[in-house]
Amino acid sequence: MKGYLAGRLAQAVLVLWGAYTLTYFILYLLPGDTLAIMLSASGMEADGLSAQELAQARAFYGLDKGVFEQYFALLWGALQGDLGQSLSLGRPVTALLAERLPQTLALAGTAIGLSLLAGVGLAYLTAYVQWRPLKAALARLPSLGFSVPVFWMGLLLIQVFAFGLGWFPATGSQGTASLVLPAITLAIPSAAVYAQVLQRGFQGVWQEPYIATAFAKGLSRAQVQARHGLRNAALPLLTLVGLQVGNTVSGAVLVETIFSRNGVGRLAQEAVLRQDIPVVLAIVAVSAAAFVVVNLIVDLLYPYLDPRITHTAKVS
Amino acid sequence: MTVDIPLPPIEAVPATQGRTRHAGRAATPWQRRTRLQRAVQALAPLLRKPGFSLALLVVLFALLAALVPQVLTGFDPYATSPADKLVAPNAVHWFGTDELGRDLYTRVVYGARLSILAALLAVAIALVGGLGLGVLAGFAGGRTDALLMRLVDVLLALPGLLLALAIVTAIGFGTVPVAVAVGVGILPGFARTTRGEVLRIKTLPYVEAARLGGASWVRTLWRHVLPNAWGPVAVLATLDFGAAILATAGLSFLGFGAAPPAAEWGTLIANGRHFLITAPWVSLLPGLFLVAVVFSLNHLARSAEEHAR
Repeated sequence: MKGYLAGRLAQAVLVLWGAYTLTYFILYLLPGDTLAIMLSASGMEADGLSAQELAQARAFYGLDKGVFEQYFALLWGALQGDLGQSLSLGRPVTALLAERLPQTLALAGTAIGLSLLAGVGLAYLTAYVQWRPLKAALARLPSLGFSVPVFWMGLLLIQVFAFGLGWFPATGSQGTASLVLPAITLAIPSAAVYAQVLQRGFQGVWQEPYIATAFAKGLSRAQVQARHGLRNAALPLLTLVGLQVGNTVSGAVLVETIFSRNGVGRLAQEAVLRQDIPVVLAIVAVSAAAFVVVNLIVDLLYPYLDPRITHTAKVS
Repeated sequence: MTVDIPLPPIEAVPATQGRTRHAGRAATPWQRRTRLQRAVQALAPLLRKPGFSLALLVVLFALLAALVPQVLTGFDPYATSPADKLVAPNAVHWFGTDELGRDLYTRVVYGARLSILAALLAVAIALVGGLGLGVLAGFAGGRTDALLMRLVDVLLALPGLLLALAIVTAIGFGTVPVAVAVGVGILPGFARTTRGEVLRIKTLPYVEAARLGGASWVRTLWRHVLPNAWGPVAVLATLDFGAAILATAGLSFLGFGAAPPAAEWGTLIANGRHFLITAPWVSLLPGLFLVAVVFSLNHLARSAEEHAR
């Protein structure tokens, strides 16, 4: 178990380092002229500057050093919690992130909770319903769920619940009421994935002998499903929750833009629009870190939730 | 999978007996069916399902719109007419008009070209890159495999949209950069699937037989491994085509896609945002069309997957 833990940790660190490195190379080496992008992001024209000023600017942004020297300087800073300066806002990126992160965490957390609730609920209902046409319709619902673009769903909800019925505010980031519509929008695609996997899981579990036993000892259908079906079918969900973190972060960019919430997602959209390279690098790195950490936790949780899974080497 | 061999037609038998034996047709009692016949026979049971036919129709309509938009509509997508701006859907303007009086249905039909081209480009990049990486990893094995799979792990750890955002920041805005970014984002899935299939097929007896028969690795790969690894990858391509449409629409919704007045589906929806209170159809109807296309694609992919099982 100790060996497994160490190996898994090392792997997580390696993946995180790889993600940072890859993003660095995309952002700093892929553009033909990084300096021009950086200058225009901070509101200057590269054409209007003399050769000397250009050299000065190059030195200011640290672009005069070698590729690897730059890279290690940035990596060393990132390891110490210094993610550089935003070009367009002129503030440290770490401070910007610290200011915006709570908003996004609240949104993502609520959305993940809601999506689990909706996904499990829908799958449970599909398994419980006996009437064929309704069962078929419910089984197709998840497929519709991830065919709907997040941004369009957001607009539809705004139209119906904010402008039509006036139940919730359409935009803004103050208070719990403003969290409802964005969280529902963000939850739908993930809920669809959970529901689909769980529906298949229920179908598989239904053939198992212990289900027959449970019925034989006199449990009702609902009880069998909750106690014996769900607990066995729900195990793959844990892995999925880990994998869906990425989709939730991606969705947050769109959702926060639609609902004008002051989160990291909107910061990402604005940063890309202004080509603010350090901010984009920091946001990608932080979301990759979130993904890696959540998946690490999920992997380590498995043996506690299902004692049949152990990480010790098996005798074969 | 079952292979059904067609029986020779019954009425042909007494005819040959009646005449002399050297009649030309009787000499070839069985022929391999043509590619077209096999395709029709495989599709026939699927086409009898109304859901499948409907989905196919929607997808064909979108493809037709991408190829020849002028057949499907009589309006000009850029012709403004300030007199009837923000008209609600009616018999003349099926989806209504936008803030400049342009016919929205026409804009959606013409927008199909950019959106579908972008999605096709993205899937093509993912397909070529993913197949290449997957085949290389699965075939080479050992260190190359380990190294490539770690690279895929890294790509999977980066949330798709954020990786796309980073690429768009680096290479600029527009339809093609967005398509490239989305393509790189969905590449790791293809690499994983291909590698799994190649690993499975590599151990099968016919690959061994081909090698023993003296075929080179390249020939074995090309003639025996790839054609058999193709199925799951094709299903994934159909599923990801829908996902690519959604992702490119998302990026162009955020303002990184084609510049106005050209329109993609994502930009159309984004434009309508500002009139959501007074004219909700401007963003909701193009979106509904997008949902219909993506849902149909997903339905086709799932039906094909279930049918193949």
